[in-house]
Amino acid sequence: MSGLTAHNRVDDKFSFDKRTLAPLGGLLLVALSHRFIPDAPRYRPKVLADLSVTLWLLIGLFGMLSLVAPFAPALRRRLVYKSWFLAAAVVALGIYDLITLKLNLIPSLFFPAPERIIDVFITDGAFLLKCMAYSLRLLFSGYILGAIVGLATGVLVGWSPRWSYWVSPLIRMVGPIPSTAWIPIALVSFSSAYDASVFLVALAVWFPMTVLTSSGISNVRKSFFEVSSTLGANSFHNVFRIAIPGAAPSIFTGLFNGASSSFLTLMSAEMLGCKFGIGWYINWQRETLSYPHVYAALGLMAVTFSLLISFQLKFRDWALGWQKGTIRW
Amino acid sequence: MVNAVTASIGTLSAVGLCKAFPQENAPDVVALDQVDLIIHSGEFVSLIGPSGCGKSTFLRLVAGLAQATAGTLTLDGQPIVRPGCERGLVFQDPTLFPWMTVYENVAFGLRVRGLYRQNSHEVLEFIELVGLKGFEQAYPHHLSGGMAQRASLARTLVNHPKVVLLDEPLGALDAFTRMGMQDEILKIWRQRGTTMVMVTHDVDEAIYMSDRIIVMSPRPARIEKVIEVTIGRPRSRDLPDFLRLRSSILQILHFTGNRPDLPFYL
Repeated sequence: MSGLTAHNRVDDKFSFDKRTLAPLGGLLLVALSHRFIPDAPRYRPKVLADLSVTLWLLIGLFGMLSLVAPFAPALRRRLVYKSWFLAAAVVALGIYDLITLKLNLIPSLFFPAPERIIDVFITDGAFLLKCMAYSLRLLFSGYILGAIVGLATGVLVGWSPRWSYWVSPLIRMVGPIPSTAWIPIALVSFSSAYDASVFLVALAVWFPMTVLTSSGISNVRKSFFEVSSTLGANSFHNVFRIAIPGAAPSIFTGLFNGASSSFLTLMSAEMLGCKFGIGWYINWQRETLSYPHVYAALGLMAVTFSLLISFQLKFRDWALGWQKGTIRW
Repeated sequence: MVNAVTASIGTLSAVGLCKAFPQENAPDVVALDQVDLIIHSGEFVSLIGPSGCGKSTFLRLVAGLAQATAGTLTLDGQPIVRPGCERGLVFQDPTLFPWMTVYENVAFGLRVRGLYRQNSHEVLEFIELVGLKGFEQAYPHHLSGGMAQRASLARTLVNHPKVVLLDEPLGALDAFTRMGMQDEILKIWRQRGTTMVMVTHDVDEAIYMSDRIIVMSPRPARIEKVIEVTIGRPRSRDLPDFLRLRSSILQILHFTGNRPDLPFYL
């Protein structure tokens, strides 16, 4: 009888799964190879403990997780699912360490060893965060401005034929131009470089928002409006209670596309002469050939922007809970 | 069944009603041609006929979703020019707003007319009346076809319309659900006494539910015959009166078919 029932060991109250040890194994392998394989002799002499420290901290973390996992089914399930990927990521890091620090196979100037990159977070971490904060300030200002104007324009153009007649040609001509092409005009039109940058980011967000909002509204089933008018709704209600909620999936797609466009434009917009900013930082470090700083900044950007998208999509999932299927992130 | 208190509320009158749809490079499509009809307060009337005979067009004209090309159409003496909540329309497709729960859908009419705060208790009453108690917080995509149609009915009724227009409301449902829903609609009609005008393509449904059946025919789209259904309620679908009426209506609609000329069937 017991052989016939499918019994998932991962769901047992107590069960030890060897797979939870995979990341730990990977980390130990990399830590030992980093410690005991000698550094390449021609590598610029500068002994840093950073990677070792990081690896031992991670070993401690995963060691604890592996100890707790046999007792916690939910944690164990997630750990088992991610364990191969984490192990592979750690081993990839170890291989990169091997190629750069130990064997010096690629130019160390442009491809620094992991320990140097980690070192940047320690020595320059505060400045990196400050630059990120400046970038986010610019990003949010531009994004919110572009999203609101885009939403308003989209609703007008999608709802009213008269507005569509006058404004659609404008959207079609101006929209597709990449906002970075507007740099010369933006610089002379705004009093400060910061305002010009905000304008550029807003412009990049405005186009997808307008197009997707107006098409979302145009595509709301006409029968909804017939139903609402037989229930006593007037135009105001039709726009705010039917058209906009009905177009919400499209609007959220516009917000998502706007976000990607805004990230792109942000990098160029920071070159206009803004104070600080993560794009500016990368450029400055590249010009002084400090590539570890470039990699560190890239890593910080990856984490931050990924989190921003995650938040946006979580919000979307909550707002569009009524739909049957949503973007899987 | 005429409720004496509401004796003159919900009387529809159509005189010489015409509706034509203009076509490019072709003569107009005449959807209604000189329709004269009076529907009394509290009556249950069915419009039946093959497609293209204008029955849905008539309903849309009464609802105010379209304008007549000629003739007059009045409700209690007032000409009908635009949609309004006193003429509720239940569509063939429930058309519930997918981003609102059942409760919010049913409450929609009250909210847009600013009456929600006073009458919010009615929302739950009507949800219970149509048999959806317990599903107030469900979203439309969780509901079956029958449940969605019931919610749509509640949404229309909560506005206390003078006339309820039903455009093939049960067409999308399976036979069992349909029969159950017919009884539920009749129960609601008996309780509220509102005038009901139903468009259907099902002869049995028309005979089962109506006081009068308006048989319409296409090309030209006009009233072929008006039949009073005097069978006592509740009606049985299998009794001789019912079947006799059924066969006469089918004959009017030319659907009796050709009986093969055989001396024996076995």
